[in-house]
Amino acid sequence: MDTPVELCTVEGAEDAKTVEDVEKPVVLAIEGLCKHYTKDRAALHDISFSLHTGELISVIGPSGAGKSTLLRSINRLIEFDAGSIIFNSSDISKLGRRDLRALRRKISMIFQHYNLVYRLTVIENVLHGRLGYKSTFAGMLGLYSEDEKIKALDILAQLDIAEFAYVRADQLSGGQMQRVGIARALIQDPTLVLCDEPVASLDPKSSRIIMGYLRSIVDTLGITCLVNLHQVDFALEYSDRILALRKGKLVYDGAPAFLSQDIIDDIYGMQGSEHAETDSVR
Amino acid sequence: MATAQTASVAQKPDTAQPTSAPLTDTAQPTGTKRITAFFRRRSLIIGAVALGLLLFNLISGGFLGFDAISTVLDIPTGLAWMFTHFIPTVESFSKLPNIIPQLFSTILVSIAASCTAAVIALVFAVLGSRSVGIGGPVQFIVRCIASLFRNIPTVAWALILLFSFKQSEFTGYLALFLSSFGYLTRCFLESIDEVSGSAVEALRATGATYGQLVAQAVLPLSATAIISWMLYMIETNVRDATLVGILTGTGIGFLFDLYYKSFHYDQAGLVIITIVIVVVALELTSNYVRRAIL
Repeated sequence: MDTPVELCTVEGAEDAKTVEDVEKPVVLAIEGLCKHYTKDRAALHDISFSLHTGELISVIGPSGAGKSTLLRSINRLIEFDAGSIIFNSSDISKLGRRDLRALRRKISMIFQHYNLVYRLTVIENVLHGRLGYKSTFAGMLGLYSEDEKIKALDILAQLDIAEFAYVRADQLSGGQMQRVGIARALIQDPTLVLCDEPVASLDPKSSRIIMGYLRSIVDTLGITCLVNLHQVDFALEYSDRILALRKGKLVYDGAPAFLSQDIIDDIYGMQGSEHAETDSVR
Repeated sequence: MATAQTASVAQKPDTAQPTSAPLTDTAQPTGTKRITAFFRRRSLIIGAVALGLLLFNLISGGFLGFDAISTVLDIPTGLAWMFTHFIPTVESFSKLPNIIPQLFSTILVSIAASCTAAVIALVFAVLGSRSVGIGGPVQFIVRCIASLFRNIPTVAWALILLFSFKQSEFTGYLALFLSSFGYLTRCFLESIDEVSGSAVEALRATGATYGQLVAQAVLPLSATAIISWMLYMIETNVRDATLVGILTGTGIGFLFDLYYKSFHYDQAGLVIITIVIVVVALELTSNYVRRAIL
């Protein structure tokens, strides 16, 4: 990692710093990120970390810890108050509307509730991922090139849902909808994929399939994935690195191997009798 | 934890039971008493409200010199008069060649007013919506305009416009357009905000422009609601156009007024029947279209 990680809020978290730094280029560097929704409570407080090419990083933490705010600050769906986010050498906070639009092409996003245009077909939803590359007029009319259409079909085939290409999105199951969401994210040719609770609305089997796809995107395409997760066991199983937030503060940044039960309990603010419940969280 | 919870739950009967008689003996009468009291109180409240309304009606009627009892007794006589005078005769049907073109023109004016209002209302609704609007004071201004136009009744608009545009088809069209515009803007605002928030966020994240967001997310998602409201507006406007026509001296309203004031009640009755047929046909058509597009 480029910047030293200073995380001592959670007992035992400092051990995670002994993980060898990855010799990969930095994709995203966040420094001193702050966001307040109300004056007295910070949604994000002085968050700093870097992401490297080809990593799957999970962000864990209790509800309201600031995970979604963190992800939405990266592509400025939410405007942050202070700090800097450097993506591919450009400071996101300083970008004008046009440059921000260009940047968003390279940072795609997958949502918990899929966020599809349910009245349109699967292929149209996938091709929405190309809107950032089109002129306003072409995008409004849905004029896509042959290459883009073929690429969309290829991605759907890779995700095993090519047969649903011309089916309306609201006819699909949750798992299939999330695969459409992944396809929409991939057709953007992203450098970084932000996933906001991508498996929170899915059954365990579909969740595993989706996490498997995310892992394979990282491994085969070398894309960086930053994934918000509630399921700690998935974070441990699929991630190269785990970040933990609690009350808007980054309290853990390290390898899954160092994330002990005590640290998890600390992250989720559990004590004594609640320890038993942690097992079910895991 | 699960085991601990089970244990604590299992202990409850042990600590609760030894106190006195078995649970069923004491709890059931108390429960029955409580539920009876609850429903008795609810019946009393409903009865009191009904009595209050009746009293209010009697007081209001007394103040205005309106005798509710004699009015109710007069209903059969009134109905008998209506059915003997307003039922079309064979001769009334000779007026159909006059009625049909006027009815047709009323329908066309209603459709034109509804469609024009829908297009402009959609633009206003998109700009003023919470999920995809351009923000700032626009949201407030759009809602104010919608409320203003919506809260002035169509007949009032017709009376206001009558002085500026005289008795013409255009005055009727404008009156229907203005009230439809206010109503549809409000409905479209609600529909857009309800359906398009999450998809707009997703498309914004891809780098889509404002126009693309509207064309590719807002319009497809709210299309059903928009068409549904438009059809409803056409139905409503055909009904309102009859009344507006009486004021503006145009369309089927004018014809009804003419027959009515010249004591040709059978012909006026035929006009009413044709309006009812058209409104029912429109309602059936719009129900079919709504089902088809869902």
